[in-house]
Amino acid sequence: MAREITYRDALREALREEMYRDERVFLMGEDIGAYGGSYAVTRGFLQEFGPKRVRDTPIAELGIVGAGIGAAIGGLRPVVELMTINFSLLALDQIVNHAAKLHYMFNGQFTAPVVIRTAAGFGQLGATHSQTFEHWFAHVPGLRVVMPAVPKDAKGFLKSAIRGNDPVIFIEHSLIYRNRGEVPDDEDFLLPLEGAEVRREGTDVTIVSWSRGYYLALGAAEELAREGIECEVIDLRVLRPLDIDTVVRSVQKTNRLVVVEEGWRTLAMGAEIAAAVQEKAFDYLDAPIARVGSLEVPMPYARNLERLVVPNKDQVVEAVRQVLYQKQPVAVG
Amino acid sequence: MTSTVDGRSPGLALPKSELLEMYRRMVLIRRFEEAAAEQYALGKIAGFLHLYIGEEAVAVGAIHAMDERDHLVTHYRDHGYALALGLDPGRCMAELFGKSTGLVGGRGGSMHFADASKNFWGGYAIVSGHLPIAVGLGLASQYLDERRVAVAIFGDGATNAGPFHESMNLAALWKLPVLFLCENNLYGMGTAVEHASAVREMARKACAYDIPAERVDGQDVLAVYEATRAALEHCRSGKGPFFLEALTYRFRGHSMADPEMYRSKEEIEEYRRQRDPIVLFRNRLTQEGKAEAAEFDEIDREIDEVVAAAVRFADESPDPDPETVTDYVYAEPVRVS
Ligand SMILES: Cc1ncc(C[n+]2csc(CCOP(=O)(O)OP(=O)(O)O)c2C)c(N)n1
Ligand SMILES: [Mg+2]
Repeated sequence: MAREITYRDALREALREEMYRDERVFLMGEDIGAYGGSYAVTRGFLQEFGPKRVRDTPIAELGIVGAGIGAAIGGLRPVVELMTINFSLLALDQIVNHAAKLHYMFNGQFTAPVVIRTAAGFGQLGATHSQTFEHWFAHVPGLRVVMPAVPKDAKGFLKSAIRGNDPVIFIEHSLIYRNRGEVPDDEDFLLPLEGAEVRREGTDVTIVSWSRGYYLALGAAEELAREGIECEVIDLRVLRPLDIDTVVRSVQKTNRLVVVEEGWRTLAMGAEIAAAVQEKAFDYLDAPIARVGSLEVPMPYARNLERLVVPNKDQVVEAVRQVLYQKQPVAVG
Repeated sequence: MTSTVDGRSPGLALPKSELLEMYRRMVLIRRFEEAAAEQYALGKIAGFLHLYIGEEAVAVGAIHAMDERDHLVTHYRDHGYALALGLDPGRCMAELFGKSTGLVGGRGGSMHFADASKNFWGGYAIVSGHLPIAVGLGLASQYLDERRVAVAIFGDGATNAGPFHESMNLAALWKLPVLFLCENNLYGMGTAVEHASAVREMARKACAYDIPAERVDGQDVLAVYEATRAALEHCRSGKGPFFLEALTYRFRGHSMADPEMYRSKEEIEEYRRQRDPIVLFRNRLTQEGKAEAAEFDEIDREIDEVVAAAVRFADESPDPDPETVTDYVYAEPVRVS
């Protein structure tokens, strides 16, 4: 059995179920309790679980992530919420130098199974509040970096992240919390924290994206289908470990690849994917790989300027035409 | 300031065997570190090597006061704590040599000792970065109602960094059983305290967070023991964190790469002559009639053998198996590529 729920409710269900299942699971973060969470994911949790398990924290990203690591070592299952991914920069040292390394550096003696939830996104929030850094985390061995696009993945991944023994960077997106999708009823519905998914089959071009970018890719694919161009759309879902083989298999079929990401392209996921695909499938490529990303400027506030910076569906459509060497749009009707 | 220089020290009432064991561990640390320096010069040890010579009383006094269930995280100057905990000197030396028999299989090196079986959750090399981890360990203890104290060891330099302040605030706010044990050895690498800290007394930083604090003579092992015991009792009884500042001095450079241009030879000599924690303790025990010269000499001889055996063990141990280089990146299996 399955129900259709929002991405936000999928996260809420995952947290609630795991908190009921395991006393050691607790939440901490800025304004997750009395305020209800900046994106309302934990609204009502303080009332339901009490202040021991739903802990409002000071504004101290490094401190609370480090405390999460320590609590995990000490036998708990902390879920630390960082209001937005922009603020994760203050906790980068704990994430990169500690969470990611303890298991290896100390020869497998112990792990730091902390889950760090945070949200990417934009919406006239200006330069410091509109960024996305998933690739910074995906750069680091030892971290699992998950960025679900659909409610089912949001729930299954979050539950697995909480139960698993690796540190997980779990990145949500402020503009998809209200998206709806089917989620299985099973309270033990778990998804392994790896593996991309082909969400739309196609023969002409492969479009890879993740999180909100997946919806841009899907929108472009649907538009192009009306002209008879069939795009295969892959939702990457997990950025580390990276399931490049699923992408390669698709490229072997379509011979063309477009990567869609929301942030700056320089040294980001698209660059990595392009490099890996040419290593593994150079002879299959019929066109240079195209990357769609944002303009390389700090995000401006004004609506018209922001629109110029953030990638949109039309740019994805254009990129598909580019890898098909189609200068002119095919006339419809 | 807790001190045994004048007046009686309750620590002296410890059984003779314990007093001598404290002496033994201090000598072990001293000789181990000297041997490590020699092996470094021979090229058997590489990278950063931070010696604990001169500061032995802090680790030995503090560890002696701790319960074995208490948590410990330290800075990178961690050999002294490992040895004070009773970890095998051979495995400690093997870690410095980067051998498979090392404490962490040669993956960590000097700055990253650890032994989970002793609740020693590691030496950390990002200055002050381990303090939030101690807070988390304290949180786990409180959450699980375990009455274990999380002890965090760090230097004077660490108290000027952000993580220190975030940690102190969190620990105090949540009344966590965390003992902040600061080794004030007057320098952070080559920077004297007065050039780095707006206040000279590290303990004064605790009052901003309403954390009770004390300064202790870190060259006096019994004073450290007593102050730590009282501090742990405070933390264990649910009153929240405690801040202990041990005044100490490192007799060697910051690491093996240190030309020591920031302090005078006279200053170092004076500390060596007058404030050597091992000499002070031995004299004290002798004066108090706790032990005789022959007993100390016997311990010294035994330690020489233990350290020589540790070096031999490290030298003869195999390198890590190259096959293991990708082990332990993740705890859960990874199937995709
Ligand atoms: C964040 C960070 N900055 C700089 C360094 C380089 N460094 C290593 S030890 C040290 C001095 C630390 O001094 P203190 O905290 O007093 O400890 P001590 O070495 O005196 O025991 C510095 C600057 C580092 N390891 N981490
Ligand atoms: Mg210092």
